[in-house]
Amino acid sequence: MQAQQQDVHPVRVAPPPSDAPARRPDERRRTWRRAVRRDWQLYSLLVLPLLFFAVFRYVPMIGNVIAFRRFRPGGSIFGEEWVGLHYVRMFINDPTFWNVFQNTLVLGVLSLVIIFPLPIVLALMLNELRSRRFKRVVQTISYLPHFMSIVIVAGLVFQLTAMRGTVNQIITAVGGDAIGFMQLPEWFRTIYISSEIWQTVGWGTILYLAALSTIDPQLYEAARIDGANRWRQTWHVTLPGIRPTMVVLLILNIGSFMAVGFEKILLLYNPLLYPTADVIATYLYRVGIGSSQFSYATAIGLFEALIGLTLVLSANAISRRVVGASLW
Amino acid sequence: MTVENVTRLDERLSKPTVRAVKDTRAYTAFRIVNATLLVVIAALTLYPFVNLAAQAFSSESYINAGQVNLWPQGFNLTTFDLVMSDRMFWRNYQNTVYYTVVATVVAMFLTTTFAYAISKYHLRGRTVFIGIAVFTMFFNGGLIPNYVLVNELGLRNSVWAIALPNAISVFNLLVMKSFFENFSTELEEAAEIDGLSTYGKLARIVLPLSKAVIATMVLFYAVSFWNSWFAAFLYMDHRELYPVTVYLRNLIAGATSVDGAAGSAEATQIAANVKAVTMLLTVLPIVCLYPFVQRYFVSGVMLGSVKQ
Repeated sequence: MQAQQQDVHPVRVAPPPSDAPARRPDERRRTWRRAVRRDWQLYSLLVLPLLFFAVFRYVPMIGNVIAFRRFRPGGSIFGEEWVGLHYVRMFINDPTFWNVFQNTLVLGVLSLVIIFPLPIVLALMLNELRSRRFKRVVQTISYLPHFMSIVIVAGLVFQLTAMRGTVNQIITAVGGDAIGFMQLPEWFRTIYISSEIWQTVGWGTILYLAALSTIDPQLYEAARIDGANRWRQTWHVTLPGIRPTMVVLLILNIGSFMAVGFEKILLLYNPLLYPTADVIATYLYRVGIGSSQFSYATAIGLFEALIGLTLVLSANAISRRVVGASLW
Repeated sequence: MTVENVTRLDERLSKPTVRAVKDTRAYTAFRIVNATLLVVIAALTLYPFVNLAAQAFSSESYINAGQVNLWPQGFNLTTFDLVMSDRMFWRNYQNTVYYTVVATVVAMFLTTTFAYAISKYHLRGRTVFIGIAVFTMFFNGGLIPNYVLVNELGLRNSVWAIALPNAISVFNLLVMKSFFENFSTELEEAAEIDGLSTYGKLARIVLPLSKAVIATMVLFYAVSFWNSWFAAFLYMDHRELYPVTVYLRNLIAGATSVDGAAGSAEATQIAANVKAVTMLLTVLPIVCLYPFVQRYFVSGVMLGSVKQ
């Protein structure tokens, strides 16, 4: 079998030490040619997916140059003429931009600080249950909202926060006055974060529960022998056990920090709520699609995407240094 | 967790000594509080759905009076008749089914072929191909360049505007890749000796033995396409082309009216129970399938997390 494999994959034979660096490109080309001859069927499977990535992922990335060129509808998707940093200067001097930038930061920080820890807490709570059936029922229910369309979630939010909806019924029952939630900007953040919690927290527990199930039970026994009570066992065994998972998910969350629930906000907000609800993504949607200022909106989008990329890269680098866990 | 670990765990759990440790009073109290809290959390999670169902079967006046919470008031099915007899609703419902099927087929084809190729360790350039895919998780072209591209390609008002731009989810791709990496190499080598080409191996050996992961991926894609609305919202210009999610979005935003209700003077004021019924009909397939397919999703996500 081994010999057979050597025949089929001759490339695995170590190449002779190269003495002349000038010959290397030639050699490389030859091994590529050999690899293609051997695996052409595998390469042929790659063609269409790579075409997909090229056209629908990388061309739009290059299409970002219209942030620096003037785009005319009907013209080239890469724009007509260079205008340099014109559009960047435009949004830096745009007071609305700074307002939506601030809203994005606030919603991003709130999501990170409030929503990130909750799945950990819920997973720990579920982990303490002894009845497997009870645990499974609670899990099944908590996952359900994750499978709902964002349109449905928006519909449910409207239904519950209506003037005669359940929330206002509770408020009037305890003697308060009904609140027009969807007309008051000061309520938007609460509503947004609550609906995010409802929709995402249960599903977020999955990876933590998987990580919890891999912790070696001997560690608990050792801790118990050392006199640790349940709380100390959780602190010294359980939490360190799921730390790598926590770090990876934290990095991912930081990466999507700027991309706060665009679709949900687009569905939920109205001009009355703009002071707190309008984020970079919704603003660039209105500017770009709504008013057809493609170049300007692209400049804003590029700025947003670059912040996201920087955040992911630095979070990853920091966590690799500090805790030794990273995405790559 | 290895098999060895599992058996050792089973032994431990069956040993009486583990259970014989008596709970302290504080821990018992904690367990009761914990279980109660979880029941409350589950109830709160379910409440919006219960409320939705209650409103769907209630009559309008009770909803407007704020009297419908857990149970329908003024039970009636006329709203169902009204929504069901709306031609546009059915048209859009059919569109959703059609878009979901086409998009899922395209997505599965591209994801499977790519995942299979990059699961082969000996493939030259493998890490580059993986990198090409993974990089798009962290950086993307953004809304406007994508929008311009789809329009330039002439995909507007066709199913391809929904199916093609979202054809590969990198997360699903990585799940399939790690599944194929764990596939028995002996089996494939045996098939190769028997004269099967790469295509033959994939079609006759690997795919038939990968039904579990394929089913999971089909579910992932189908649910996400069923639920999606934004692509159609951007690229579809006619009401007849909308999926039901866009129909629903317009209903919620007060821009569409059900044919039967259109006669009234305030056509934009859509009755609360009409909204509830439409939402209920939209989530129905998912809610009905959900108990049966939920565990596949869970195992799929766990499979994807193995590599991380």
